[in-house]
Amino acid sequence: MQYLPNILFIIALAIGVVFFAKNVQKLIRNIKLGRDEDRFDNKPQRWKNMAKIALGQYKMVRRPVSGIIHVLVYLGFIIINIEVLEIVIDGVFGTHRIFSFMGGFYDFLIAVFEIFALLVLVGVIIFWVRRNILHIKRFLNREMKGWPKLDANLILYFEVVLMLLFLTMNAADYTLQLKGAEHYASADGILGSFPVSQFIVPLLENLSISTLVIIERTAWWVHILGILVFLNYLYYSKHLHILLAFPNTYFARLKPQGQFDNLQAVTNEVKLMMDPDADPYAMPEEGAEDETPAKFGASEATDLSWVQLLNAYTCTECGRCTSECPANQTGKLLSPRRIMMATRDRLEDIGNNIDANKGTFQDDGKQLLDDYITREELWACTTCNACVEACPVGINPLSIIMDMRQYLVMEQSAAPTDLNNAMTNIENNAAPWPFNQMDRANWINEL
Amino acid sequence: MAEAIKVPTMAEFMAQGKSPEVLFWVGCAGSFDDRAKKITKAFVKLLAKAGVEFAVLGTEESCTGDPAKRAGNEFLFQMQAVTNIEVLNAYEVKKIVTACPHCFNTIANEYPGLGGNYEVLHHTQFLKSLIEEGRLTVEGGKYKGKRITFHDPCYLARANRIYEAPRDLLRKLEVELVEMKRCKTKGFCCGAGGAQMFKEPEPGIKEVNIERTEEALGIKPDVIAAGCPFCNTMMTDGVKNKEKEDSVEVLDIAEMIANAEDL
Repeated sequence: MQYLPNILFIIALAIGVVFFAKNVQKLIRNIKLGRDEDRFDNKPQRWKNMAKIALGQYKMVRRPVSGIIHVLVYLGFIIINIEVLEIVIDGVFGTHRIFSFMGGFYDFLIAVFEIFALLVLVGVIIFWVRRNILHIKRFLNREMKGWPKLDANLILYFEVVLMLLFLTMNAADYTLQLKGAEHYASADGILGSFPVSQFIVPLLENLSISTLVIIERTAWWVHILGILVFLNYLYYSKHLHILLAFPNTYFARLKPQGQFDNLQAVTNEVKLMMDPDADPYAMPEEGAEDETPAKFGASEATDLSWVQLLNAYTCTECGRCTSECPANQTGKLLSPRRIMMATRDRLEDIGNNIDANKGTFQDDGKQLLDDYITREELWACTTCNACVEACPVGINPLSIIMDMRQYLVMEQSAAPTDLNNAMTNIENNAAPWPFNQMDRANWINEL
Repeated sequence: MAEAIKVPTMAEFMAQGKSPEVLFWVGCAGSFDDRAKKITKAFVKLLAKAGVEFAVLGTEESCTGDPAKRAGNEFLFQMQAVTNIEVLNAYEVKKIVTACPHCFNTIANEYPGLGGNYEVLHHTQFLKSLIEEGRLTVEGGKYKGKRITFHDPCYLARANRIYEAPRDLLRKLEVELVEMKRCKTKGFCCGAGGAQMFKEPEPGIKEVNIERTEEALGIKPDVIAAGCPFCNTMMTDGVKNKEKEDSVEVLDIAEMIANAEDL
């Protein structure tokens, strides 16, 4: 019976980790449903971007208030994870504060954890107030109603509870050490230093040792189980960004924002059309692969590239893109954030469909276009790249809009009438307006 | 003007067995749109004044395909691109200057992948280099001390990180340069990009150009400076909508320099 807590802990840890691994597997499987795209070039620049944008939070602080608070919460998260390592080891071996052999440095570490726990607590409360009390426009768009709002708040509640448990655990532990309780007190004196939780001690000092042990153990258990639950909540939440921000910034576009990719399949066809020696009726050479894709552009999430799908999972719905989008800011339906959310929703539905049908997708009568993203949204985009510039983790909503426009125009000829006229003009007289190309240089005579 | 400015075509240069220093890519707006033609003419006057040997393609120029590409018509874009690249390569063009950021972006970024490799400059960059080389002198003239704000074209500032060249030119004009809150890489679109110029906007509460014009008018400029024929149209329409056309001008930087020099 002596080892029961250790065994229970190991079981809980194993369940948490295995479940998480399964979700990661599913995540990778879903992302790989996207088409191929080469983002493995220029590795030094990619590492640099990841260090600067994900690790360094360089784009976050462009908005100082939310940016600086985010940096605090983020630092707190990373730093307190070192403490989680100790908690896990203590849990497995039944030890008490295993890292305390570090002496003075350990005291310093625990003090830093406590201060960050307090800062995280304050930061998270400010975040909650910003989301729920202050009327900040980007948290109130139509796509934020329902689950996205609840999700955002659940994350904040999770963090409040975890930090409170951490501090309570420390306070009870510290009180037990002061009382010289068995297993807690050490011959080396007090282990750790408790600049924040010392203020909770007065509430606990009159309690018996057995009650304190129960409080300490309960806080310890709920805290670590909470972390395991939170870890597994990530997959279902916008909070996935804490992991995916790193690969996403690594694989982000390195080219100038104005450079839109040229479709290779179109290049092949155009070359054929322009080549006077080409035989349009020629049979493809024996063994030659048909390079013409089944579809130009994207009407379904799986027509997008894996980078775009990774983008969708990375989006944390902060809405910085939407709050700088000229279409959205003038009341149009388009919201770049919603483009990302809708893409993720569709991809999730596809993934679940595959899981439910023994590994193959069964037509569910839906697709990304129209069922998740409307044409009205797609046509409102000015391709100004403000959303791309605003994203703190390198997501490109514009690329999805462009791919879907390509499908609408090249597969369905479904451009708005005015645009069709402009394109016909370009085709016939080399300008988007109905002027004769022979009049192109007339301005010279007006000098 | 005492003497008419000659605008030779590439074909004329070729016939003489010569090649110009730079090709001026006029663009569709610069060729056909009445407002944008004024920018074209102003820029040509500056080129002539600086003694630049330049040429245009004239009737051999075609739309770069930018609006087609942003509308999603990759076929039409590539047809246009390949046609233009054939012409440009036949003339062995090395250096191109254009007053349109959309043409600039397309030729500089999207043509190389299709076989068109040129040094491409926005006219504000080219004018700046002419001044630096001492070939063109600019003094404040009528804009000295005037409050000017520059509206960054998306395809110049955000898309290609060019936002200092136009401002350097304004500083040469000794203006009081005032910035809108949303400027440079955080600039707010005029509403014309992505082929929006050629279609009706989707329903909303406001037009994009009105939102931007309000922001510009909010800092009380004498002139809203532009560097793109489409931005120019959008901002001009916005100023008219706000009935401020008598007090606020919308001008391309090339026009401002030409005006300051009384060209």
